[in-house]
Amino acid sequence: MLVVEKIETCYGVSQALFDVSLQIGEAEVVTLLGRNGMGKSTTVRSILGLTPVCAGKISYLGHPIEALQSYRIARMGIGLVPEGRQIFPNLTVRENLIATAANTRKTPQPFGLEAVLNIFPRLSDRLSHYGNELSGGEQQMLAIGRALMINPDLLILDEATEGLAPLVRKEIWRALTLLKERGLSILIIDKNIEALMVIAERHYIMEKGHIVWSGTSSELHARPELKSRYLGVDC
Amino acid sequence: MNRKQITLWCGAIILILLPPFALQTGSPYLLSLGSRILIYALAAVSLDLLLGYGAMISLGHAAFVGVGAYTVGILHFHSSAAEPVLTWPFLFTGSDNGLLVLPLAALTAAFAALIIGALCLRTIGMHFIMITLAFAQMLYYFFISLEKYGGDDGLSLAARNSLPGLDLGQGSHFYYLCLAALFLFLFFAHKLVNSRFGLIIRGAGNNDRRIKGLGIHSYRYKLTTFVIAGGSAGLAGALLANQTEFVSPGLMHWTLSGELMVMVLLGGLGTLFGPVLGAAVFLLLEETLAMYTEHWMIYMGPFLVLTVIFAKHGLFGFLSGDKEKNG
Repeated sequence: MLVVEKIETCYGVSQALFDVSLQIGEAEVVTLLGRNGMGKSTTVRSILGLTPVCAGKISYLGHPIEALQSYRIARMGIGLVPEGRQIFPNLTVRENLIATAANTRKTPQPFGLEAVLNIFPRLSDRLSHYGNELSGGEQQMLAIGRALMINPDLLILDEATEGLAPLVRKEIWRALTLLKERGLSILIIDKNIEALMVIAERHYIMEKGHIVWSGTSSELHARPELKSRYLGVDC
Repeated sequence: MNRKQITLWCGAIILILLPPFALQTGSPYLLSLGSRILIYALAAVSLDLLLGYGAMISLGHAAFVGVGAYTVGILHFHSSAAEPVLTWPFLFTGSDNGLLVLPLAALTAAFAALIIGALCLRTIGMHFIMITLAFAQMLYYFFISLEKYGGDDGLSLAARNSLPGLDLGQGSHFYYLCLAALFLFLFFAHKLVNSRFGLIIRGAGNNDRRIKGLGIHSYRYKLTTFVIAGGSAGLAGALLANQTEFVSPGLMHWTLSGELMVMVLLGGLGTLFGPVLGAAVFLLLEETLAMYTEHWMIYMGPFLVLTVIFAKHGLFGFLSGDKEKNG
């Protein structure tokens, strides 16, 4: 579905990504792991055309997308839940959800307001509240809901549960499991390794702009040293 | 009925009843001032669409007011001189017919906004502010150079435009025409900002990159808003030309853009109805203070600063108790 081949991304003269390659298949959940500042968000931004790549190829559903503008990439079916949520504080929850809602690719069972509220019932009571009146967890739910409203085939979450309370995290993982069952492909960046190993099939680990390891959940489970070396997790 | 609705109804009733009150008290000047307030309010509301909703800080909005005014002036000039404006593709000798001139003024300003906006909206932030200012100043000097149309001295109109069933020479008729234009535009703008189109503009105003990341080509939406705002400012300019029976390049000067911006800030950014109040307060203060000193801006400045600091949502937010932004 998404194939990233040897991309290199630079911020001015400083290079942030080196030969990064990864793949995400249909209905597959994949994670991008690594400590802060290792290039995970830059990889996501490069995929979505928010930071242009200086070398390499990115294709989505067989079409090259590395030279496309971000709005065209989103229309092809990639939804992003950005780091820091970035919900629109001057719009209500309902307005946040419907403002950019679209089904440009005529998905047979599209996500609508009702479907999103079924996944996140907590938002139902907050529909008329402005974005800046929500808690962090509610904002994250709204950010996921908003991305779903463009009916993506691939959902990318940058720091899916960062800074959220354990109960809210649980709710986010539950929702992502539901989306996985629905057949959505998901790329997750997060630091909750245990939860990620349950929900995801494959993982990529990044270190200083390189992909240094990739493998399945069982392979990652069998190599605890990877977690301590690259993810700062004591095993 | 909440406080906001009460404020709106009170405002509407005052505006509707002003002409009979002016007639009763024998003060035609009040009608003239009222018309001026309504015209500036129309221009300020159109600027609020850009500033308050789309976060497009245009310092060149006066250009569209001027283009609208000059459309009236030039068509009147050619009509009076029986000299054709166009000989190809058809002969057009100008007109004083409001049914033709007023929409044409709005369309001409909208076309100017399309060209200027198409270029300016490729920039953001400080660059956008400066390039809109540059275009307005370009038009200002262009019209100064048009000696045929009076150059720096401007053009005088022998009479106001004509409209069937109305005598625009009469203060009350002209006032109600301005009021109708303002009410219609407010209704349209209210529908617009609360539509999905408006949500996208408000979202893009807050975070343009995020809107693009959600599959929206925000440039088109912003350009459409720019054209709508330009067209309505052009209509305000056409009405202003009719009211003063005079047009000059001064209408395009950046100081008018600045005054419109002050009206928006004073009334309440992103409130739509606020700029109407802002225009009224600004012009009334100008009229009152100018009676005592020609340096009335010395008093206006601190008033604006205090309003911005203490009434976060402007005077309209203060009166209506409206804490919502862009709602």
